[in-house]
Amino acid sequence: MAQRSIREFDGKKILAVALGTPLKGALVSSQTDWTLLVKENPWLKTEKLVAKPDMCFGKRGKNNLLLLDATLEQAKSFCKEKIGKSATVGKVSGTVTHVLIEPFVPHKTEYYVAFKCEQAVDVILFSPEGGIDIEENWEKVQHIEVPVLEETPKLKLNGIKDASEKKTVEEFILNVFQVFRENDFSFLELNPFTLVKGEAVILGSVARLDDTAGFKAKWDVEFPAPFGRELSKEEQYIKSLDEKTGASLKLTVLNPKGKVWTLVAGGGASVIYADTLVDLGFGKEMANYGEYSGNPNDEETYQYAKTVLDLMVKGGGKVLLIGGGIANFTDVAKTFKGIIQALEEQAPALKKAGVKIYVRRGGPNYEKGLDLMRQLGVKTGIPIQVFGPETHMTKIVPMALKELKS
Amino acid sequence: MPLFTKETTAVIYGMQAAAIQRMLDFDWMCGRKVPSVAAVVNPSSSEITTAFFGSKQILIPVYKTTQEACEKTKAEVFINFASFRSAFETTDEALDLPFKTLVVIAESVPERQARQLAAKSKKLGKVLIGPATVGGIGAGTFKIGNSGGTVEAMIAAKLHRPGSVGFVSKSGGMSNEMFNVIGNTTDGILEGIAIGGDAFPGTSLLDHVMRYEQDPAVKLIVMLGELGGTDEYRIAEALTYKKIKKPLVAWVTGTCATVFPTEVQFGHAGAKSGSDKESAQAKNDALRKAGAFVPKSYDDFGELVHKVFVEKVGPVTKDSSAPQPLPAEYKDAVAKNKVRRPASIISSISDDRGEDVLYNKVPLTNLLNEGASVGDIIAALWFKKKLPKYATEFMEMTLKITADHGPAVSGAHNAIVASRAGKDLVSSLCSGLLTIGPRFGGAIDDAARVWQAAIKANQTPKGFVDQMKEKNVLIPGIGHRIKSVANPDARVAALKAYALKHFKSHKHLDFALGVEALTTQKKGNLILNVDGCIAALFLDLFDSCPEFTQEEKDQLIEIGVLNAFFALGRSIGIIGHAIDQKRLQQPLYRHGWDDVVYL
Repeated sequence: MAQRSIREFDGKKILAVALGTPLKGALVSSQTDWTLLVKENPWLKTEKLVAKPDMCFGKRGKNNLLLLDATLEQAKSFCKEKIGKSATVGKVSGTVTHVLIEPFVPHKTEYYVAFKCEQAVDVILFSPEGGIDIEENWEKVQHIEVPVLEETPKLKLNGIKDASEKKTVEEFILNVFQVFRENDFSFLELNPFTLVKGEAVILGSVARLDDTAGFKAKWDVEFPAPFGRELSKEEQYIKSLDEKTGASLKLTVLNPKGKVWTLVAGGGASVIYADTLVDLGFGKEMANYGEYSGNPNDEETYQYAKTVLDLMVKGGGKVLLIGGGIANFTDVAKTFKGIIQALEEQAPALKKAGVKIYVRRGGPNYEKGLDLMRQLGVKTGIPIQVFGPETHMTKIVPMALKELKS
Repeated sequence: MPLFTKETTAVIYGMQAAAIQRMLDFDWMCGRKVPSVAAVVNPSSSEITTAFFGSKQILIPVYKTTQEACEKTKAEVFINFASFRSAFETTDEALDLPFKTLVVIAESVPERQARQLAAKSKKLGKVLIGPATVGGIGAGTFKIGNSGGTVEAMIAAKLHRPGSVGFVSKSGGMSNEMFNVIGNTTDGILEGIAIGGDAFPGTSLLDHVMRYEQDPAVKLIVMLGELGGTDEYRIAEALTYKKIKKPLVAWVTGTCATVFPTEVQFGHAGAKSGSDKESAQAKNDALRKAGAFVPKSYDDFGELVHKVFVEKVGPVTKDSSAPQPLPAEYKDAVAKNKVRRPASIISSISDDRGEDVLYNKVPLTNLLNEGASVGDIIAALWFKKKLPKYATEFMEMTLKITADHGPAVSGAHNAIVASRAGKDLVSSLCSGLLTIGPRFGGAIDDAARVWQAAIKANQTPKGFVDQMKEKNVLIPGIGHRIKSVANPDARVAALKAYALKHFKSHKHLDFALGVEALTTQKKGNLILNVDGCIAALFLDLFDSCPEFTQEEKDQLIEIGVLNAFFALGRSIGIIGHAIDQKRLQQPLYRHGWDDVVYL
């Protein structure tokens, strides 16, 4: 993976720790013990509050998902009302699981700042007119590019009239920029932030971290699944396998009732098989996207294939594509051994459902791997067509689809 | 300009024996004179390593630091196999050295670190390939690490000689697939680079496309992009402004992303469509509009590459250049039944190739579960038999009886002297064992041969003794320095009693006792000693057990297997003495002058 969204609460926590400022925020879930929460955050009782779902999506104000100027009781009932319930933002629907409660800060000025990564530069985006209408006022946003290797950038912000306010905002942005760089954020947006008694206060924020930096980072946060994409039991299982191994194992179920299932080796090849299915007009029948790569052992490919095949049998799949390019160093026979074991176990069900299997693969030891597949066909009576590197990688896709049409 | 020539050499960071061998195999196929791997950097060891160049084994120097490797070899290419944890530091250091091309293989290098490396490399005018890549290949010249896959795959893709197609992709896995497609639809690859699947690669698709544009040997450029990022737009722009004049066949993968209901992270970190602009469709459209040749689907990519090559470059002629044949790997050839040779060693008693070691074809676990005794193990490994309990018990009894005979006998004495000289336990044991021979402990086999011959010849004890006397030969197994008729050897008594109770046959013992009766008449200490008794009883034991054929019995006596019982049994005592001396912290032993006669 790489760039992953984190909860607003976690983003603010990383900032507060790094900047040495106090963190006033309470994250509520269905598990929350309110007595304990209030004990740990006494301001909940004394201050007016803001509450909003903390689910890695924005535009909460526009979607009626924002509670302002509320008492603790009102915030509590807001949480009760939203948590565990479905919400729709744009085209995506999902279940709200977390709500963030913060002090309500009455303010006039709303500043906008965002930091993002491009190949050669970090970009600082600033506007003195932030808030929910920032996209409508995008032409007012100032772009400042800071080359990756440049240590301290010079900052000249436009649009702030008051000199001391300007100095405070510039200093704050530079400090946050430093935190952004040192903590491997890949994106950070503070919208809006305001000044209270000469101190910057962050009201809303969105953050993404580069999770590959986890081994050296000061943070240790949970990366929630993208909103509306809660992982199924099977996806969760493959994810946990993936985290345990040096190899790569990925699975996304797109349509559990889809007719075409894939077991494809390689990050690049897996996308191309999916493309070809879509390009040939069968996107709707594509049941899953996934890949295995990085020379997994046969136990790992067995577990992976078993998970996919169980889903396929349950969903009534008709065609299985066991595809892949010409491997550089992955042992084809070894990876196939695990897949074949899983196929053997599900053979009666696959045969009963009339499933047809198409195999295409090349690379180290591929002849033996393809032979094992052919033998499996003979042994189980499942129709398996097997092709090597002499056949174009995606040729099995039209073959399989022809079968599906007839 | 081309990154590689037939003279290009590399420093490899990390001990990657398999990748190094693959590089050298490629070198050999291409007919390179110099191996492409100049040195290895391994911070934890500077042992030399060897690899094959053709059929010759060559040394590859290993250095502890990249700097030393660079100075000693003058290599141009640095291939970094360090993990994501140390890829940044090691590459950063190498950038400051005179390498021209650097490759970072590791996946999951933090993006900020990758961007810093890319920026530094660009500033220094170097070419950085990766991170998260398999590397790339210069056909007929130089191969990075595992790029190109197996020897068979490289030959099938005609990578052993240069063609005229410059290829660049994000995916390492797909680069191999595309080498095969291009090798079989055009005159072949000239150079193929996989820039890596991350969001911020060290060099971009555009960087390599522009290099191919400027390289006169490249006639056609093929590019395989991916959704996510905006690199392809800059290529489209370069096409529009005629900065790229050579024909470009391109495809951007990831057209499937539009049908996915929510954001899906593909296998590559960089393959994430942030906006419609970064989608595969949009990028394919932009490239098509700018004048690139873009297929309808990847399925047609190979055909389009062929068509454009024929139209813009020329016909694909049959080419006759074969790779320099590579000797087969011995273990592969064995696996494929392609070679045979007589084995240097034959073994018939045990086998450790399976999960459980086999003693005489029986798994050790089974023996343990059945409660096998030491005697059973000896029967299995020395005689390759399962013997009845009375037999194995007798063997154990022999071991017990011969285990020790005090500190004064040769074996123990030698071990004590060695142990006190500061030698380790095994050396002390060996020094004791080395005294076993014709005069000490080694008479069992000789005695057995004599008893066996006499019985076979149907001699009477009297006839036997007379014959020996005539030949003036001392009878082995008869006589003791201290023991006598009046002072019998308790060990012999115990052995005799056991054998008489359990053995079906004791004719050798009877014969030996007949001989003793005659010899003791002459001198009280000419008794049947423990060696002679063991010898006679083992012959009787062999006769008692139908498991032994006559041939086997004769062979065992001829080999001299009975001395083994003394050697094994006495080892117990000798080890005891060696330990004892250490425990007592005895100083170096020196024999007294007064105990030596000086002549």
